[in-house]
Amino acid sequence: MKILVPVKRVIDYNVKVRIKSDGSGVDLNNVKMAINPFDEISVEEAVRLKEAGVATEVVVVSIGSRASQEVLRAALAIGADRAIHLQTDQELEPLAVAKCLQRVVEEERPQLVICGKQAIDDDCNQTGQMLAALLGWPQGTFASGIAPQGDLLSVTREIDGGLETLELKLPAVVTSDLRLNEPRYASLPNIMKAKKKPLDSRPVAELGIDVAPRLNAVNHAAPAARQAGIKVADVAELVEKLRHEARVI
Amino acid sequence: MATLIIAEHDNSILKPATLNTVAAAAAIGGDAVLLVAGEGCQAVAGQAAQVAGVNKVLLADNAAYGHQLAENVAPLVAELAKSAGFEYVLAPATTTGKNLLPRVAALLDVGQLSDIVSVESADTFKRPIYAGNAIATVKSLDAIKVITVRGTAFDPVAAEGGSASIEAVTAVHDAGLSRFVGEEVAKSDRPELTAARVIISGGRGMGNGENFALLEKVADKLGAAVGASRAAVDAGFVPNDMQVGQTGKIVAPELYIAVGISGAIQHLAGMKDSKVIVAINKDEEAPIFQVADYGLVADLFDAVPELEASL
Repeated sequence: MKILVPVKRVIDYNVKVRIKSDGSGVDLNNVKMAINPFDEISVEEAVRLKEAGVATEVVVVSIGSRASQEVLRAALAIGADRAIHLQTDQELEPLAVAKCLQRVVEEERPQLVICGKQAIDDDCNQTGQMLAALLGWPQGTFASGIAPQGDLLSVTREIDGGLETLELKLPAVVTSDLRLNEPRYASLPNIMKAKKKPLDSRPVAELGIDVAPRLNAVNHAAPAARQAGIKVADVAELVEKLRHEARVI
Repeated sequence: MATLIIAEHDNSILKPATLNTVAAAAAIGGDAVLLVAGEGCQAVAGQAAQVAGVNKVLLADNAAYGHQLAENVAPLVAELAKSAGFEYVLAPATTTGKNLLPRVAALLDVGQLSDIVSVESADTFKRPIYAGNAIATVKSLDAIKVITVRGTAFDPVAAEGGSASIEAVTAVHDAGLSRFVGEEVAKSDRPELTAARVIISGGRGMGNGENFALLEKVADKLGAAVGASRAAVDAGFVPNDMQVGQTGKIVAPELYIAVGISGAIQHLAGMKDSKVIVAINKDEEAPIFQVADYGLVADLFDAVPELEASL
């Protein structure tokens, strides 16, 4: 089967974000960017399925500015075969991204799409579900385990009380959770090889999709800061403070 | 103006997250209608009708909705929203709500607002982004506003006192695309993490799973739930449904005790709205101390048993 993996270029998860003073957004100038951690897990899973002989080709796709090609190269270095870049300088919302991906799916005809469960910048957790809805395909969200069996896919999902197992008819959309796998580090030779792999870039505008925003971010602000706390000397003082000062026990 | 609220339940009990979502609907205003979709879930509809501020309960009882598969429930919700003219569709930001609602939004061709923490006006809401390090104020331009609600940001409405009518919905959508196979639910006698008044969590510093027994003893004395950091879950100390953080559960108890947790950004995103935070860590440079109201620099293996003894 052919697997399509959408990847997003986001702020590196270790970076402490700064909000622009005019509240228009988060300052991304000169900030380290990287592949969204959940998408890295998705690429790893697709590559493992290929290594297991289940998948025949792994195609990665990213939507964004020219710089998004960096994360596509990173995905190729993990082991993806080919990359598609849809170029736009506009920041697209999950619904618009899902519509662009729908078009790519119709062209590429993969049997399986593996998305990350959420991007760590907008924290939306929507794109995979929306894509599945647009395609009329089943969805296996928050997956911690997947196993294809013929034209069915068994998906173990992380739910609030524990784990749940579903059986989906292929083609399907899966969104990966943290525990699906541990992504490998790309080796230097593979990073070099990735530079030679095919990367097809074209503008989003060519797709003729309405990507107008449905939401308007009016303002961004820092969350309310917590009052600086105190250090206590020992357990007795801690219990005393919790009982009589904070009154929470 | 009317809001359709997706009830969270297990076919026998209405989950408390629903009550927080009804509170968010009340902040928006207008009629609140609860949808109970499931199989053999009349009892849940009965409980839903008692919830304060609910005007009507819609009961969609069919085998197709038994495990609330998104493929079957999403078309039902989208159809109800369109045919009955709901302006808002709300669900709790639980794994069930997060799984279902974006699928509904796409079927309605509207955007979705995830995890709102406040209602500013009829079309403007606040939601955290970048792991809670920024709060975005967002205005929705769509005719139908599809929203998931962060439970800890809204005080629950009363579970009793209401007297809504119950109306059966006969529409059946069975996409036949997915099938429930089974589930493994972690057993616990303690309060649920997201609803607990006190939480004690352990991190990598706990060393192994057996040592979590130290936290459980304290939890039993305080009536607390036990949580964990991702490091503790990844190390296999405890199951992942105990994880507090950006990728786990978001909690805001009155008291949060972090034991052997360094305080990574991702963990803080899940608990920094707690009323009082206590950190017990032997590394006095640990970032957790920057958000803790009371910090104790000590070896947890001495401090935790001492804490238990003094409660």
